[in-house]
Amino acid sequence: MKEENEILLLKGNEAIARAAIRCGCDGYFGYPITPQSEVLETLAELKPWETTGMVVVQAESEVASINMLYGGGGTGKRVMTSSASPGIALMQEGISYMAGAEVPGLIVNVQRGGPGLGTIQPSQSDYNQATRGGGNGDYNVIVLAPASVQEMADFVDLAFTLAFKYRNPAMILSDGVIGQMMEKVVLPPAKPRRTEEEIARECPWASNGHGLKQRKPQVITSLELQPDIMEERNRHLQAKYKLIQENEVRYETHCTDDADYVIVAFGSAARISQKAIEIAHEKGLKVGLFRPITLWPFPEKEIRELSHRVKGFLVVEINAGQMVFDVRLAAEGRIPVNQYGRLGGIVPSPDEIVDELFKLAEQAKA
Amino acid sequence: MKQEIIISGFGGQGVLSLGKILAYAALMEGKEVTWMPAYGPEQRGGTANVTVIISSEPISSPILSAYDSAILLNQPSLDKFEPKVKPQGDLIFDSFGILDKPTRPDIHSWQIPAMETAAELGMMKCFNMFILGGYLKLHPIVDIESVIKALRKTLPERHHHLLPTNEQAILKGMEIIQPASL
Repeated sequence: MKEENEILLLKGNEAIARAAIRCGCDGYFGYPITPQSEVLETLAELKPWETTGMVVVQAESEVASINMLYGGGGTGKRVMTSSASPGIALMQEGISYMAGAEVPGLIVNVQRGGPGLGTIQPSQSDYNQATRGGGNGDYNVIVLAPASVQEMADFVDLAFTLAFKYRNPAMILSDGVIGQMMEKVVLPPAKPRRTEEEIARECPWASNGHGLKQRKPQVITSLELQPDIMEERNRHLQAKYKLIQENEVRYETHCTDDADYVIVAFGSAARISQKAIEIAHEKGLKVGLFRPITLWPFPEKEIRELSHRVKGFLVVEINAGQMVFDVRLAAEGRIPVNQYGRLGGIVPSPDEIVDELFKLAEQAKA
Repeated sequence: MKQEIIISGFGGQGVLSLGKILAYAALMEGKEVTWMPAYGPEQRGGTANVTVIISSEPISSPILSAYDSAILLNQPSLDKFEPKVKPQGDLIFDSFGILDKPTRPDIHSWQIPAMETAAELGMMKCFNMFILGGYLKLHPIVDIESVIKALRKTLPERHHHLLPTNEQAILKGMEIIQPASL
């Protein structure tokens, strides 16, 4: 495999697969579902088991995939799965177990329209599920929202790094637009998979059957029948989540310095909104973009600061209104916070967003 | 430089690969590109479309409300996208199977008898390259050499003997495109 940067024209899904191989991923477990099947297809085509030794398994189901992830992550390996909305719904039990047992791993959700089996077209309607844990119990998953094919590639290594730093599942929350579109990608230089010695050093908690002579057996579980011990464990998790909130917020701004109004949008909605902002500028409206890159931890403080300077927020998300509640909490009622989205697999057009911007401007004046 | 293009037709006409080859050629010339397909059941015979954007600057939305150029290869595509061509933009269509021709006086409409020519020359598999040639005649945003390089990259090696035929189809497409009479 090439060690230098490689420039390619790739679909977002293909970029995820190639980035995984190049960042030393040890194993992928997944089950095909539109619009992300190219992740598994690309891995099958590239046969990384012949080059880096990365394992690729088409599991019998999404439930099997996430439990393979639990097992692989428990041994300290960099393991990942990918699916689309209904498949991610099936994985929630496993993700909750991983969070409870503090097992790192990467889950990629290329969202499609819901609820239920829904459509195969793009959507962002799994925002609440992703940012509120999604399964049972008090827990959070680190959620990264790529807005380009380049970020699909870049966030694989970042997600693994964060997952292992905090011993927590991390998710790339993408959608059918970013997964299916092709753009120019610069793939990072390849790095080797970690050796057993490196894993033993970095993951002293890992249960891999190699340390029995030196220490007591490792136990990786989310189960604890003593509630007082369980409460302690929960407090430990909450302290960890607080640390993540303090240290790992990521976002990007565009033209917010002299903006009267700001669109808050993530992923593909942010890209479409950027075009709407170009059109609005031509029509004389001063609009900026705030793009959360981490959806959890959410850039609450930054949005709060912005709410002191601008006249209104328009939250553009391809759902019926989910992130808008986080933005409203941050804005604390200071300014109007409107929401615009399309549902069920329909993606909003830049023109529709421009219309909403002018409505917001009218409202803020009144 | 920026071209915002919609390419739409029946699944199987080579709509998506036409867009991909154009995007690849632009990428190799160091331009920014996005290629956004409608990825539903279209692949199995309905209508397929892809939005291709080629620019010297970073590209914002891969999804658009209006297009500089529309390449429309069947009636449903023409009905759907003619209203979305920007004023003074270009609409390219193959009259084969088109009963209701474009009517807007504020855009430039171009006709290319690609299906007919491809059938005459026995080059049906290169149908989409005739179209690409026609488009490049109007908007020479990439060199033919880059297109051939892109074809070499995207076609499986067993088809590489067809590269000269594809080049021929592109050159022929440049000849046969003409303004459509409204």
